[in-house]
Amino acid sequence: MSTKVVTGRQFPTSKVLWSVVGWLVVFVFFFPVLWMWLESLKTEPQAASSPPTIVFVPTLEEFQTVLSGDFPPFFINSAIASLGSTLLVLILGLPAAYALSIRPVKRTQDVLFFFISTRFLPFAASLVPLYLLARDLQLLDNIFALGLIYTTINLPLGVWLLRSFLLEIPPELFEAARVDGASFTTELRRIVVPLIAPGIAATSLICLIFSWNEFFYAVNFTSSTAATAPIFLVGFISGRGLFYAKLAAAATLASLPVLLAGWIAQKQLIRGLTMGAVK
Amino acid sequence: MSSVASVGGRRVETAASVARRDAWLRRLPLLPAFVYVVFVTQIPFLLTIYYSFFSWNLLKPGSFKFAGAENYARLLTDESIRTAVWNTVVLTLAVIGISVVLGLAVATLLNSEVFGRGFMRTLMIAPFLIMPTAGALIWKDTLLNPLFGLLPNLLTPFGLGRVDWVNRFPMATVIAVEVWRWTPFMMLIILAGLQSQNPEVLEAAKVDGASAFQAFRRITLPLVRPFLELGALLGSLFVVQTFDSIYMLTYGGPGEDTTNVPFLLYLVAFQGFSIGQASAIGVVAVILTTIVATFALRTLFSIFRVEARR
Repeated sequence: MSTKVVTGRQFPTSKVLWSVVGWLVVFVFFFPVLWMWLESLKTEPQAASSPPTIVFVPTLEEFQTVLSGDFPPFFINSAIASLGSTLLVLILGLPAAYALSIRPVKRTQDVLFFFISTRFLPFAASLVPLYLLARDLQLLDNIFALGLIYTTINLPLGVWLLRSFLLEIPPELFEAARVDGASFTTELRRIVVPLIAPGIAATSLICLIFSWNEFFYAVNFTSSTAATAPIFLVGFISGRGLFYAKLAAAATLASLPVLLAGWIAQKQLIRGLTMGAVK
Repeated sequence: MSSVASVGGRRVETAASVARRDAWLRRLPLLPAFVYVVFVTQIPFLLTIYYSFFSWNLLKPGSFKFAGAENYARLLTDESIRTAVWNTVVLTLAVIGISVVLGLAVATLLNSEVFGRGFMRTLMIAPFLIMPTAGALIWKDTLLNPLFGLLPNLLTPFGLGRVDWVNRFPMATVIAVEVWRWTPFMMLIILAGLQSQNPEVLEAAKVDGASAFQAFRRITLPLVRPFLELGALLGSLFVVQTFDSIYMLTYGGPGEDTTNVPFLLYLVAFQGFSIGQASAIGVVAVILTTIVATFALRTLFSIFRVEARR
């Protein structure tokens, strides 16, 4: 009777036990997010009470304050920089990925290695010259300049990721298309884009996560007109008085797009984060 | 092409030019991305190296002058750079070590037959998706604040109330918040590894009388090892660059207790405007990162090869 080596299927008790343990662990990790939501639905006095208010009537008051205040321009800037750079990554990355997979250039491995090494070059490597360049071209505090920087950050990941999807397309499809005399652009339009729609989704998701949440360049390259959502939150660091509910509401709104996108596209997330290495 | 080569001198030249034309046609789609990346990363890096040999403060007009290796000499003697490197190493090792172990534990839980696995996974990845600046502020102000925070209030009955966690244990706080953020990342990668495991092998091991622990150590662990390595190495490349949570939680302080290399760079470049000194830090950071990255990329390539063999 080896009751020690039980599997869940035979003994539901262990399944229940492990479920309880699992849910406790997940609850601990998810709790700060839940607490952020709860705080955002309180009034300021409730959010800054000691001991903390647990039972309360939820109100959207602080969301209204944040949305009717100066938050929207920050949010819009984030959207411009993230969506713009994602689009640019796809436009530049898809042909590049094609040239590294379907009809590969010589020394493909070296080029791949080069691309990814730029992603993990610390921002210290190019920060100062880029800053001086932006300053001299009057591009500091310019949302499109920030978008170009995000394109740089995401392009290597995009190339790798798109390539991993392109490699999965059966080569016969391209041979057939070439026999029919299809041009490069026709190939892209008719074969590549439809077949790697999941790859494009994964790439967009990863670009969105990294550029939406990016802080270092945002805080150093923008000041007011081009400031993005994370910069709005900086205003809460030194804030005095009662501001927790407003902070929680702003944090919730700022995190919402990436959280939703990540949850919806969960399947693409692992593959994206590992640049296609893990499916 | 060998058939063309046998025809004669003139035709060979044509074949070579056809080959060259083909090579350029292949290169063409690559060029825009390639040129862009070179322009935005490589040329600036060369300039960084160049600036690192100059003494230049943006706040002092006309201060641009050749300084030789002075900036590097200062890096060797300066206390704050040593502190920053040390803090970076501590932060990275602690965050990666803890989050890999926790990630493995959570992934194992989520891979076993528990109720609501999919939903658990969904909730579990939230900390990774939350904007880091937002997450750090939520931790600092609503969870850890000594007066109004939830944790000090919960801990009061245990005699631990009113502890100012962020100021008394700054590094531990930063590590905790980063572990909270990176454990889901590790969990996702390790879970993918666990799910690629053939359950029949484990069943067979059990039939042969292996204990659950033995089966885990001898069968599961070797299988997920590449995934652990991949997670740890990719993760460390990101954690080395930690900036958001330090800025929001401690601003590098108190003193220099949580100043890591990226934060020091920020202070030198954007608070002190010492362009030459910041560039020297940049060059050193690149050298240090290259060492770590070389290992990471090798692992990545080996995993790609395994994938390709399937």
